[in-house]
Amino acid sequence: MPDNLATVRPVADEIEASLYEVRRKIYPRAVSGWFAQWRVALVVATQLVFYGVPWLAWNDRQAVLFDLVSRKFYIFGLILWPQDFIFLTALLIISAYSLFLFTTIAGRLWCGYACPQTVYTEMFMWIERRIEGDRLQRMRLDQSPLNARKFGLKTLKHGSWIAVALWTGFTFVGYFTPIKELAGEVVTSTLGPWETFWILFYGFATYGNAGWMREQVCKYMCPYARFQSVMFDPDTLVITYDAQRGDPRGSRSRAADPRALGLGDCVDCNICVQVCPTGIDIRKGLQYECIGCAACIDGCNQVMDKMGYSRGLIRYSTEKAVSGKYNDAEIRRHVLRPRVLAYSALLGVIVAAFFGGLLLRSPLKVDVLRDRGAMMRDAAGGQIENVYRLQFINTDEVARRYVVTVDGLPGLQVMTPQPIKVAPATTQAFPVSVRVDPAGLGAGAHVIVFHISDMDRPEVQAHEKSRFFVR
Amino acid sequence: MSDFVHDGWSFYVAIITVVSLIACGVFLKAFSTQRLAEGEQPGTTGHSWDGLEELNNPLPRWWMWLFYITIVFSLSYLILYPGLGSYAGYFGWSSQGQYKDEQRQAAAVFGPVIDRFLKQDAVVVAANPEAREIGQRLFLNYCAQCHGSDAGGSRGYPSLRDADWLYGGSTEAIRSTINGGRNGVMPPLGAALGGSEDVRDVVHHVLALAGRTHDGLRAQRGKVKFAATCAACHGADGKGNQQIGAANLTDDIWLHGGTEAAIAETIVKGRMNQMPAHKDFLDEGKIHLLTAYVLGISGQGKP
Repeated sequence: MPDNLATVRPVADEIEASLYEVRRKIYPRAVSGWFAQWRVALVVATQLVFYGVPWLAWNDRQAVLFDLVSRKFYIFGLILWPQDFIFLTALLIISAYSLFLFTTIAGRLWCGYACPQTVYTEMFMWIERRIEGDRLQRMRLDQSPLNARKFGLKTLKHGSWIAVALWTGFTFVGYFTPIKELAGEVVTSTLGPWETFWILFYGFATYGNAGWMREQVCKYMCPYARFQSVMFDPDTLVITYDAQRGDPRGSRSRAADPRALGLGDCVDCNICVQVCPTGIDIRKGLQYECIGCAACIDGCNQVMDKMGYSRGLIRYSTEKAVSGKYNDAEIRRHVLRPRVLAYSALLGVIVAAFFGGLLLRSPLKVDVLRDRGAMMRDAAGGQIENVYRLQFINTDEVARRYVVTVDGLPGLQVMTPQPIKVAPATTQAFPVSVRVDPAGLGAGAHVIVFHISDMDRPEVQAHEKSRFFVR
Repeated sequence: MSDFVHDGWSFYVAIITVVSLIACGVFLKAFSTQRLAEGEQPGTTGHSWDGLEELNNPLPRWWMWLFYITIVFSLSYLILYPGLGSYAGYFGWSSQGQYKDEQRQAAAVFGPVIDRFLKQDAVVVAANPEAREIGQRLFLNYCAQCHGSDAGGSRGYPSLRDADWLYGGSTEAIRSTINGGRNGVMPPLGAALGGSEDVRDVVHHVLALAGRTHDGLRAQRGKVKFAATCAACHGADGKGNQQIGAANLTDDIWLHGGTEAAIAETIVKGRMNQMPAHKDFLDEGKIHLLTAYVLGISGQGKP
């Protein structure tokens, strides 16, 4: 910048140009085809899950509920505690590696089909089309002066968007507060301040991002959009315009022979640009704005069909295939390359560890905390007593009885009455005193081990080390 | 604020803060445009390294407005909350105030749960399993550091599980111990008793009182000295005095150790013991529950 400033001298014929650009509104044209169907299917599938799951019940409670207040995370039969956060870490690693794998194989599949930004934009555009019509009608409506009809349509559109957005915000909060109670609170308008805030905030974010921001989110805000290009390689399937086949472009009548006119297959109809939700021209090659939604493929294929040309002027292809290093039939053989195999192997290992860990997860967790104030006390018969606080976490939804034994020193015994009862899905602390005859024991700390087992299911055990102090 | 900080610093900080904010706005304005020759496209920044040119892909204009909004936000924040030197802000927020608010909110939630036991006698409360659970949690929070998680005490900290009480085990005695704390003082009496042999004599008398094995001759001699020096507090029979916290020496329960050496040390050097007062940070309802809990674990909670 300083270098640049130094060369700038105000001269009469210089003009002030803004370094920030005004957003050019994009009016994506509706498109139908194989890829559009896939996107609709994924929108429906993901949103049925998102909007539907909070309403499911499981054993008299909400099936999926992330109870932040009591720090319990219910997922059907599974109750996760903050101590299980390692599973969330594993889930995030799995997500990341899946992303790497899919992106390496076929580019921005996530962006194009499953990202909430795409999904909600798709839903909002569907509403927009139902109310305002397709691309040209929307453009004409926006250019027309404000009249009763325009006002009515705009009000209807934003009203519908806001309704969907609020429902989305409500559903989102329903994952953290029991959704049926939440619905009751909405009806009687007794929502708490934070519930109100999050419903409105999440609703506002949905409305703003899917209604107004759209491709701006992908272009300027999303870090993934920028960093995933490093996962591409020349064998990655990306949406590509076949320039060798298409150029030179030009309009022609259906009957005309393009070769005779010196033209390629591209009829320069601009449909691929009109259907693009980020407003780019795919014929300029791979661009960071491209979210890989394949709308241009569907659009172009329809035109190719009408013209009687073969499909696939714009298609999923690889850099090497398009530049003629190998033909399209060989693309499949290049899918299983070292990078893909490495990602798959790592992903397999992590997925196995994740599910293995979940299956082997013990429903009993115990922490042993030594009493800090007093190290030891004299007990009857010259014995020494140490006191520990045992923190039991019973993750089962059933009350359990536990037996505590201890070893590590000769004659060590637990003085606390047994068994210890722990209520369903709770954390409870119990003081446990342990005694030993100090004869023959050196002064100082001795390592001891607590063994805790479920009285009714002996296979459920926990073992915790601690220290016993002798004077 | 510290007494050593002059008010001038407050203005200094406030002025720097405001000037920085204004400067942010000025720079943002100045650097949001560039001068171009007629017809020139703002395609590159003009930076070039070995032929690699830095493109100037413009940010969207709403992004620039976000920058201005941050400045507006900062100014509003500085008006509403502390930040401008020592100005306390329109809301007068402070972390201490927030802490007290949260305490009030917690009291509003938990107060009724705890205070409903106030109407009941502590002996009745002691038999209530729910009150015992709350009591145990309170005990683990406030008492267990000294008395142990199981209330068994340790050297210097009395066990609360037995029927032996320094200051009495009635509901009122326990409550007043928790409320006001206790100062247990046994004066050093080595010099008053004479030499170490005299002390040993008294130790053997004390062992005899507790029913422990002892040297009968020494105990005989010690009895006389005990009557002259120790009986004022511990009583002629050694049963102690709960009015002043003098320990009962006949029950073989030893706060500071029951070996011959430990008893001798207690006599020669004296003991200073303190239980802190809790009424300043525990309210009546909690102290009532703790009283009931202690009654319960000491076996006196049976109505």
